[in-house]
Amino acid sequence: MTDDNTSRGTATAPARLRRRIAGLSDRTLAFVFIVPTILLLLAINIFPLIWTIRLSLTNYRANRANEAIEWVGLRNYERILTDPDIWNSMQATAHFLIWTLVLQVLIGFSLAYLINKKFRGNDLWTTIIVLPMMLSPAVVGNFWTFLYQPQIGLFNYVVAFVSGVDPASFSMIGDVRLAPWSIVIVDTWMWTPFVMLICLAGLRSIPDYIYEAAEVDRASRWRQFWTITIPMVLPFLMLAVLFRGIENFKMFDLVVQLTGGGPGSVTELTSINLKREAFEKWRTGYSSAYAIILFVTVFGLASIYVKALNKVKER
Amino acid sequence: MRRAHLAATAALSITAALTATNAQAADLTLCWAAWDPANALVELSKEFEAQSGHTMKFEFVPWPNFADRMLNELNSGGKLCDLMIGDSQWIGGSAENGHYVKLNDFFDANGIKMSDFIDATVTGYSEWPKNTPNYWALPAFGDVVGWTYRKDWFEKPELQAAFKEKYGRDLGVPKTFAELKDIAEFFQGREVDGKTVYGASIYTERGSEGITMGAMDVLYSFGFKYENPDKPYDMEGFVNGPGAVAGLEYYKALYDCCTPPGSSNGYMSEGIDAFKSGQVALQMNFAFTWPGFESDASVGGGKTGYFVNPAGPDGEQFAQLGGQGISVVSYSEKQEAALEYIKWFAQPAVQAKWWEMGGFSCLKAVTLAPEFPQSQPYAQTFLDSMAIVKDFWAEPSYATLLQASQRRFHDYVVAGNGTAKEALDGLVADWTETFEDDGKL
Repeated sequence: MTDDNTSRGTATAPARLRRRIAGLSDRTLAFVFIVPTILLLLAINIFPLIWTIRLSLTNYRANRANEAIEWVGLRNYERILTDPDIWNSMQATAHFLIWTLVLQVLIGFSLAYLINKKFRGNDLWTTIIVLPMMLSPAVVGNFWTFLYQPQIGLFNYVVAFVSGVDPASFSMIGDVRLAPWSIVIVDTWMWTPFVMLICLAGLRSIPDYIYEAAEVDRASRWRQFWTITIPMVLPFLMLAVLFRGIENFKMFDLVVQLTGGGPGSVTELTSINLKREAFEKWRTGYSSAYAIILFVTVFGLASIYVKALNKVKER
Repeated sequence: MRRAHLAATAALSITAALTATNAQAADLTLCWAAWDPANALVELSKEFEAQSGHTMKFEFVPWPNFADRMLNELNSGGKLCDLMIGDSQWIGGSAENGHYVKLNDFFDANGIKMSDFIDATVTGYSEWPKNTPNYWALPAFGDVVGWTYRKDWFEKPELQAAFKEKYGRDLGVPKTFAELKDIAEFFQGREVDGKTVYGASIYTERGSEGITMGAMDVLYSFGFKYENPDKPYDMEGFVNGPGAVAGLEYYKALYDCCTPPGSSNGYMSEGIDAFKSGQVALQMNFAFTWPGFESDASVGGGKTGYFVNPAGPDGEQFAQLGGQGISVVSYSEKQEAALEYIKWFAQPAVQAKWWEMGGFSCLKAVTLAPEFPQSQPYAQTFLDSMAIVKDFWAEPSYATLLQASQRRFHDYVVAGNGTAKEALDGLVADWTETFEDDGKL
């Protein structure tokens, strides 16, 4: 008896649900599906953002929860924007960002161009080139600190072999002039394959008939490259620059492991600087203002860039 | 009625028995840094487990992440740790923010007297405010920055002769920082036993507290003071006075002339590696590293000597305090059992065993015993060093103060930016701003 009831119950439930859903308008149905997502977004994105803005106007410190919170208005913003150390950190970030993007685009595109040619072992080379990107940044940072060691590091020996200088005479991560380049080299080593893959997708999306038509018109290889390849790959390249730019603006683990922000503060990128303010010095209000400034910067730059990207795609 | 009475008595007895069992069989978690002394404490604590019936669990975090991890735990009111062997600088913040249980009443009730412990460790690890009888920890592990040297190299006749010829005096333990630099320069790039060696390993680490501990170790003896002794937080002329400037210039000169290539971010473990691998003649490091050298195949067996931080140009001699006190975490639900552990740990017999196992006891009954100086090759150096210690700010804002000194020192010493005076002027500005934010100025 009980079994019958149960089975009847389970059989009728979907039917009832179907009837109820069938009675709903498309608009209501869409609303039902979208509301949980909106609520989730509000809870995990919008609310923390608003809360951070609120905190940025106070002197709150998370490690002193018992202390009264004082409203300081825009003082935190003023202090950040007039602090030369923060501008140094912005400069270090800009240096890192610009050089990694330039090198990764140039090398990534060149590799993609070469890999795109049909030759034996093409797939094997692609796999080998892509390997660094699969490693954890913390592991890569640690690994390269050994490579950069003046006394035992392979990097110094290679440079010494090529240039003839004493390998112990220079320290990539200990010298204030070389340290910024040491992180650029590692990031380029690790992430150029990513740019290469995107460029490769772009190159492979160009139909062969366009080149065949160009051949018929007796266009030179160079002309084909500049008038067909580059314009067709450009949207892909710009997308790769967008991804890498946002990622490198937030770069943290690799640099912490490699240089710890030193020597001095020469490789202290904004993300490292922000972490120190927020979770070592516990200046929560101040670091909230700092985070908002960084957010606005990235958001602003990314918006301008996306507009440019859309224009290129429309062409 | 009688049956009801019996039942009630039985229920009460069972409850009492259960409560007693719970009190006797607590699972205590002790939090500390992951290093050799912590392993010794695990061994030592087995005795406590056997005696008390409590079980001990340990949460050890590597030094570079220790403060981050544990201060997060305390700040969030976490219940992970019942006992915390926190760094000396944490005392101010932990006391003012209510992370630690105040131990005065417990000490009084159990006859634990702070006068039984080395004075500097009581001030450094237990008191807040400093120099007041308010205790938040029991001195647990005495530590101080000192120096080790390659005694076997110093005893080589050819090196002794070469040194005498160059400097006109015997190659021996340096009494002043000027002598120390001479020795470091003498060994820098020299070939010893067929291998190129270097002068000294010193602290240069940027991320946590390394370069501050190293530079301060020198600056104190050159005349650096945290503040005007007559006016709290008045730092002008004390933090950046001529002596402090000379001290920082000396530290940079030592870094430039006499450290192994690539020593731009080294702290305790890098120092240990450099010394054990026979790379350096001199090594600055905390005393906790010394038992490890004695038991090491390459530098043990009489090859290593120990000496106290040398004197500055005016004969002043201080050393940077390390070490920690043990505290009961106020968020712990097993405070009674945790206090039992502290009571057990404070016993002279346990402290004597602690020293035997490589833990640096702070109990005078152990360190002032007549046989103590002979108990280990480094015992006398430890005692002498502990007599001249100074510590970094233990203010609640110590982390902010520390970050400022880390950046200023590293910028000047390693990166070579600006002058020592500019670095210290900048430090005064940073520290003043921090104290202003704290409402202390």
